[in-house]
Amino acid sequence: MPRIVVDVMPKPEILDPQGKAIVGALPRLGFTSFSAVRQGKRFELTVDGEVTDAILAQAREAAETLLSNPVIEDVVNVEVVEA
Amino acid sequence: MTELPLIGEAVAVAANPRLAGARIGVVTFPGTLDDRDAVRAVSLAGATPVALWHADTTLSDVDAVVIPGGFSYGDYLRAGAIARFAPLMSKIIEAANSDAKLPVLGICNGFQILTESHLLPGSMIKNDHLKFMCRDQVLRVENNSTAWTGDYAAGQEITVPLKNQDGQYIADEKTLDALEAEGRVVFRYVGFNPNGSRRDIAGISNAAGNVVGLMPHPEHAVEPGFGPASLDGIGSSDTDGLGFFTSVLNKIVGGAK
Repeated sequence: MPRIVVDVMPKPEILDPQGKAIVGALPRLGFTSFSAVRQGKRFELTVDGEVTDAILAQAREAAETLLSNPVIEDVVNVEVVEA
Repeated sequence: MTELPLIGEAVAVAANPRLAGARIGVVTFPGTLDDRDAVRAVSLAGATPVALWHADTTLSDVDAVVIPGGFSYGDYLRAGAIARFAPLMSKIIEAANSDAKLPVLGICNGFQILTESHLLPGSMIKNDHLKFMCRDQVLRVENNSTAWTGDYAAGQEITVPLKNQDGQYIADEKTLDALEAEGRVVFRYVGFNPNGSRRDIAGISNAAGNVVGLMPHPEHAVEPGFGPASLDGIGSSDTDGLGFFTSVLNKIVGGAK
C-alpha cells in the first residue's frame, strides 16, 4: 500500500524545546559534534490504491490546514513512498 | 445545618432574574477540564449557563460562548488543532465573524483553539522554561472596551490563577505591532512573564473586540474564599475574574457600565 509522507518542521525562528533538550543531552552521552538539533514531525498517510495527482493534492492541502500550523511550522516535504 | 453547595456543582447558584434571560454557552470537548468552573462562573455572574457539546451542530440560541481550558484531544498534534475542526467550532467561527458579532471568550486551551481557528492571530508554543507552571498571576487590563472587559477600569491590575504548559504567545513582529497599534493587546503579564510570551502578552482580541482569548483562568477567581487571595486570607482578588462574565452580561443586556 503506498503512503504519502509529510514532514513538518518548526519554523527556524521558533523556539524548539524538544530540539533544545536533545542538544543538551547529546554531549552527556559523548556525542560532542552536534551544535544544534531541530525536531519535527513525520506523518505517514496510507492510500488504498494508486496515488493520483488529486490525492497528492489533497495530502498537500491536509498538510497545510490540519497537519501544520503556518504560524509556527513549515511543511518541508510531501512525497509518495511505495510500500 | 445546611450543606454548602459543592464547588463542582454545575448550577449551584440561582441566576439573577434580571440577567437570567442571558444565555451563555460553555463548550465541552473530549479532554476539556474547566467547563464546570466556567459554568459556575457564568451562574455566579447572574446568567443562565448552557452546556454545549463539541459535536453539536447548533449554538442553542446562546448570547455568548466560553471555550474553557483543558487538554482537548490530549493536545495531540498541537494544542487546539483537532478541536478547531469540531462541528460546533464552525458554528462559533461563523457567528463570531457575523454581523451579530457573537461574544466568544477562549481561556487557556480555549485561547489555543481560537488561534488555531484563526479567530485570533498568532499561536502558542511551549513555555520558554519548558515546565508546566501553576501560579497566581497579576495581569493588567490594557483594553476595557472589549465584550469581556467592560467592567474593568483601563489599566486595572487583577490577579487570577495561571496554569499551563504551552502558554508562550508568539506571532511575527508585524502582527505584534499591528495588535499593539490597534489596541488588541487586552491583557499583559505584570511583574513576571510566566512563559516567555512576546511583549508580555497574556490575552488579545479580534478587531471587533467580541472575541477575546487569554492564557490565565478568570473562571477560577469568581468566589470569595476560593480565589488567589484565599492563600493569605480573604481578599478582593478572590473574585478578580468575575468581571469577565459580568462584562459580557452587561454587553448582552445593554446595561450601563
